[in-house]
Amino acid sequence: MGIDLALVWAGLLAFAVLAYVVLDGFDLGVGILFPLLRDHGEQDLAMNSVAPVWDGNETWLVLGGGGLFAVFPLAYATIMPALYAPIIAMLMGLIFRGVSFEFRARADRSQFLWDIGFPGGSIVAAFAQGIALGALVQGIAVEDRAYAGGWWDWLTPFSLLTGAALVVGYALLGATWLVMKTEGPLADHARRIARLTGWGTFVLIGLVSLITPFLNPVYLQRWFAWPMGIFSVIVPLLLLGCGWRLHRGLVERRDATPFLASLGVFVLCYIGILISFYPYMVPPSVTLWQAAAPDESLAFLLVGALVLIPIILAYTAYAYWVFRGKVDPEEGYH
Amino acid sequence: MELDPLLLSRIQFAFVVSFHAIFPVFTIGLAAYIAVLEGLLFRTRDPAWERLSKFWTKVFAVVFGMGVVSGIVMAFQFGTNWSNFSYATANFLGPVLSYEVVTAFFLEATFLGVLLFGRDKVPQGVHLFAAIMVAVGTFISSFWILAANSWMQTPAGVELQNGLFQMTSWSEAIFNSSFPYRFSHMVVASFLTGSFVVAGVSAWYLLKGRETALNRRALSMCLWLILFVAPLQMFIGDLHGLNTLKEQPTKLAAMEGHWESKAGAPLILFAIPDSASETNHLEIGIPKLGSLILKHDVDGVVPGLKDVPADERPPVGPTFWSFRVMVGIGVLMIAVGFWGAWLRFRGRLYDQPLFKRVLVAMIPAPFIAVLAGWFVTEIGRAPWLVYGQMTHAEGLTPSLTGGMALFTLIGFIVVYSVVFAAGLYYLLRIVRTGIEEVEAQDEHPEQHRAKRPFSAADVPLEGGDGAPATAR
Repeated sequence: MGIDLALVWAGLLAFAVLAYVVLDGFDLGVGILFPLLRDHGEQDLAMNSVAPVWDGNETWLVLGGGGLFAVFPLAYATIMPALYAPIIAMLMGLIFRGVSFEFRARADRSQFLWDIGFPGGSIVAAFAQGIALGALVQGIAVEDRAYAGGWWDWLTPFSLLTGAALVVGYALLGATWLVMKTEGPLADHARRIARLTGWGTFVLIGLVSLITPFLNPVYLQRWFAWPMGIFSVIVPLLLLGCGWRLHRGLVERRDATPFLASLGVFVLCYIGILISFYPYMVPPSVTLWQAAAPDESLAFLLVGALVLIPIILAYTAYAYWVFRGKVDPEEGYH
Repeated sequence: MELDPLLLSRIQFAFVVSFHAIFPVFTIGLAAYIAVLEGLLFRTRDPAWERLSKFWTKVFAVVFGMGVVSGIVMAFQFGTNWSNFSYATANFLGPVLSYEVVTAFFLEATFLGVLLFGRDKVPQGVHLFAAIMVAVGTFISSFWILAANSWMQTPAGVELQNGLFQMTSWSEAIFNSSFPYRFSHMVVASFLTGSFVVAGVSAWYLLKGRETALNRRALSMCLWLILFVAPLQMFIGDLHGLNTLKEQPTKLAAMEGHWESKAGAPLILFAIPDSASETNHLEIGIPKLGSLILKHDVDGVVPGLKDVPADERPPVGPTFWSFRVMVGIGVLMIAVGFWGAWLRFRGRLYDQPLFKRVLVAMIPAPFIAVLAGWFVTEIGRAPWLVYGQMTHAEGLTPSLTGGMALFTLIGFIVVYSVVFAAGLYYLLRIVRTGIEEVEAQDEHPEQHRAKRPFSAADVPLEGGDGAPATAR
């Protein structure tokens, strides 16, 4: 067959993960910021702004997890055991947060429990995702087609740093989302949070970027040798551009700009990680072709994916279109 | 004490999958019921059907949401605890489970939105179509899941090469030998679950004297279904058992409590199987009936557990007793069906309070029967994960430690208990609030905003005194 199915699937999965990170990122971010909001009024409004879309956003996670099992079984069978604790923690965080969403709006006496569960679950999920990312960047020990490391390999200063970076980064997405979707005092409050988390995000991205090339000679080679080295100029420049747009958007009160600029930051960082990884699926030893299932399985599934992905995209776009514009504080959650 | 990661992982998977299974088994049946109600509404234009459908759609939304939440975990659990198994079986199970996700999202997510929120926004025909598509979607989902499970029970269409199952035939793998029985057994179980829940809730409303005309209709429908489907389920179960006899004789021997392979075997009704001494205590059985049922011949030879070495036998006690719980509840369901038919024949279907109370008490029964049935088939195939080819021990994540498995097991129990308690409490509230209140809230359409399953059920989680305002 002329098409490199493994590469096509790597592209599709990369897209699903990116879609998950930017979409669920802002609603997790709203959860992370939740305790900083002033009163129940602000909190209700913030929740309402993500209520119609949050569960659709998590569709992409299932697609990413299920897809990894089906098309890159070796990656699935090594990454899951290696990142056991962070992944289970993430799932529990997401479950808790999901039910808090549903029950908080209808609860009265037990509301305090869901008021803890919503931000708590969001922070745990975001932190665990960041740790998982950091652990993957550091590399996973694979021997004889199985995970060969220990139970706490994922826990290092670097992975804690990436965990913190993702929490702050999601908070930035959440804050700029609120700037875009709300008005009045809540939007002003969100602008102040966006400024703080914006600075925080850039400092943490800077730290992570400085450390990453020295974790693995392959990364160093990738970023500082011609011709790929050109990206070590381009990506940071584009990042700074996004930072500038974010800043100006907040100052000039163009409410959609900060959110779009923050999305740009995430997309650029993601591209940076892809540049570091390619062609590895599980650094530092398993390439995407080694991890891939046989072509017949990949082809069997591609048919389904080509039908499904456009439908999910259309459905997602429609959901966002229906709920476009500022959230009306007069409309209740339920 | 040394913590055994294998045992703990099996308990963990059993816990998560059992917790998950009770939601879809209900939603599959309920989705079909709602589609029937919508069909009746479309044909007769009788608003009574619409009122029933609206109420049960709200219940459906909550149960469906809990099913989705608990199901996500399983997409990851294969890899975390059973990485060798995942890797070895990925060529078949990966695509099959992915297609389950594809159909679930495609049919359910898209059409569920229309079913829940589109009643007054789309033409009635389109709404009916959405209801049918949601029901079809739940069937297709279970088709894939049962194809995957049946393949693990009776593997086919694959060849084991270098520790990897390579596909030789997709159709043989999907339509493997136990699949037709397992799939039909499960679908009919879903119908029974749906009808027993609806019948029980309707009977409860009738006992309270609420919405009598409407609930009589619902009760009558369910009882017709139970009358025919409960015996049908017994018949399918028998066919399934014969397939197990052929494909997994050791499991069958454990279900029947037979240690020795012999002709003219009894049907054991009660016993305490003892794996250490390879015998039963306090055995009560009907002579020759076991052979008659299994071989359709009083002197037929049925297999015994001692045909295989001790380390290839499943835990006999749990398999034996789960099977008896399942069959016992099945017999009870048939009896309820006949009781209802008899009362109907006498023209007293709605006059017998005891019958209604029994129906209310039967609400949990189908769930217990379904779980017991899964226990039989899953425990009964031990020690095999892929029958005859890969054991549980071989499929386990090699690096997994007992401590980690225990820690996450406790985590799952805590999180799921909170979710389950809150969800169940909420469902009870919806039921207590009742059909009347649900309609009163529909008078305020501005309350509907978020287009998501739970927001279809506009009942507060807690109420002042917890008593329904409309319990008149």
